[in-house]
Amino acid sequence: MKPTRLIDKTWFRYIINTIAVLLAFGLLVLLTGPTGEGGLLNKYMSQIFIPMGINIILAVSLNLTAGFLGQLPLGHAGFMSVGAYAAALFSIHTDFPKAISFPLSLIVGGIVAAIFGILIGLPALRLKGDYLAIITLGFGEIIRVIILNIPKITGGAYGLKGIPKDTTVISTFVCVVITLFLIHALIKSRHGRAIISIREDEIASEASGIPTTYYKVTTFSFSAFFAGIAGGLYAHFIGVLDPAEFGFMRSVEILVMVVLGGMGSIIGSVVAAGALTVLPEVLRGFSEYRMVVYSLLLIVVMVFKPSGLFGRYDFSLCGAASDIAKAIKKLTHRNKLGIHEEAGK
Amino acid sequence: MTFLYQILNGIQIGAIYALVALGYSMVYGIVKLINFAHGDIIMLGSYAVWYFMTRLNMPWWLATIATIIFCSIVGIIIEKLAYKPLRNSARISLLITAIGVSLFLQNTVQLIFTANPKMFVTFIPSGGFSIGNRSISYTTLITIAISAAIMVALTLLVSKTKIGKAMRAVSEDNRTAQLMGINVDNTISFTFALGSGLAAVAAVLYVCSYSQIAPTMGSMLGLKAFVAAVLGGIGSIPGAMLGGLLIGVAESLTKGYISSQLADAVLFGILIIVLLVKPTGFFGRGDREKV
Repeated sequence: MKPTRLIDKTWFRYIINTIAVLLAFGLLVLLTGPTGEGGLLNKYMSQIFIPMGINIILAVSLNLTAGFLGQLPLGHAGFMSVGAYAAALFSIHTDFPKAISFPLSLIVGGIVAAIFGILIGLPALRLKGDYLAIITLGFGEIIRVIILNIPKITGGAYGLKGIPKDTTVISTFVCVVITLFLIHALIKSRHGRAIISIREDEIASEASGIPTTYYKVTTFSFSAFFAGIAGGLYAHFIGVLDPAEFGFMRSVEILVMVVLGGMGSIIGSVVAAGALTVLPEVLRGFSEYRMVVYSLLLIVVMVFKPSGLFGRYDFSLCGAASDIAKAIKKLTHRNKLGIHEEAGK
Repeated sequence: MTFLYQILNGIQIGAIYALVALGYSMVYGIVKLINFAHGDIIMLGSYAVWYFMTRLNMPWWLATIATIIFCSIVGIIIEKLAYKPLRNSARISLLITAIGVSLFLQNTVQLIFTANPKMFVTFIPSGGFSIGNRSISYTTLITIAISAAIMVALTLLVSKTKIGKAMRAVSEDNRTAQLMGINVDNTISFTFALGSGLAAVAAVLYVCSYSQIAPTMGSMLGLKAFVAAVLGGIGSIPGAMLGGLLIGVAESLTKGYISSQLADAVLFGILIIVLLVKPTGFFGRGDREKV
């Protein structure tokens, strides 16, 4: 066995993962068709990929603070709403061509949400645990009430109408891939290790020279940035924004996805967000019971498996491939040994 | 005169907040858990008293007693099923479980009684006596009087009785309390029952003055009471009372003089300022006596 195999090289891993992403993209286009129509699935069924993608972005970004930083914010929907309104207002009040305006509006939504993340994070992150949860909940509610009370800009309780419906399955997919890549890259970097060390022991990591406040606020606003992007996608998907959509319940729904998937597992968040988006659609007749089942699920998971379905496990394509390769090698090696032993007798 | 009237209104709702805040405070003091489901106990209590009176045709006093017993039992069941298995696990799991319980109660009630609000006809005689050109209703006076009486009784319970002493001991240090021969499990269950019973009283008083019952009514009420508990210093009984009254008055004044829609934002603003300036609130000084 050579000390450095091909599979351990970073560039090779990037190629493998790019190919996998392209394959997934091809599959998606095959299913939904290049313009959201004419694929294997009908138009209604292909539309489900958009809320799924939005929920994946929301869950993974919340997982960054809840799972990796170890803080529990309850105002994620607040950031989503800020991003949604910023992106929608940008689209409505500027007249760039669609190809520029839409991505630009998402970025604007993300940046505005990130600014709010810094503004809220700086005071809120001085607190811990329960108090942090409550203060972020408070900020989330304040954002909602303020949006409700400036009808000249946001449309107030009547909602913000006339947002161009630009979100497509493909643009959602691109956003999901970028989000997953950036968050994964952050977690695997030096900064990611600093963030995880804060989760493990804040005092010890501070004593080791990690600027904890800086990392906490940065992570918080990074997470808010993606929530803002998800909000922008949502705004351009629905076309109408209603402040009531972004209440405490929405934050809890995102939290359920993160907790169910496992706090600190990106694949867990993706799977849970995907499943919890599709399930209610599949179980249409069951929809009254949806929230009852969600809440029971939350309690049962917490009581019996507090780490969630995936715990802190994270899937890696190359890791899985090399595990399989190792297992095969071991198997064949053992067979060879067996032969030798028999020959020796 | 209008100003005094607003203050009185504020004290009325504040007394209800104080009763709810006491439940938060006691539970937090004893198991260090923000019981998100506490607000929904009020909702359950409101539905219970409505159900007992309109469907089972109970007289008001029997319905009230039945509601208090019902809520206390629900409080104990929630503690035994959802919180007890998690007593030694991470705080974040406990908090998420509490959110889950809250959602479960809301949605179950919504499933049974639908999301449409129910109207509750008050049993407190209407009218009141007038001061100047305003009249003060009997509901206001009764709410304030009952809340005050309960707070006095609770203070006596906690400071003078054996179970009160046990509660204080467990909240101080539950391992040591156990070594001293205190049954920690029973004490915690009693605290939950007491908090839920107070919430039931608050629920009855609340529906008498506001007459509308909906599955989601508890969450906002609970959050406001929580703000009150934090303001007064979570874990402290006089703190919860003072906090409740202050929050009630602040809400009433905001509604009267600024904007009724901004009242919630003002309350959360108060919460944020308190948490940032003095997270321990008025009375919750670090390791001081907590129940």
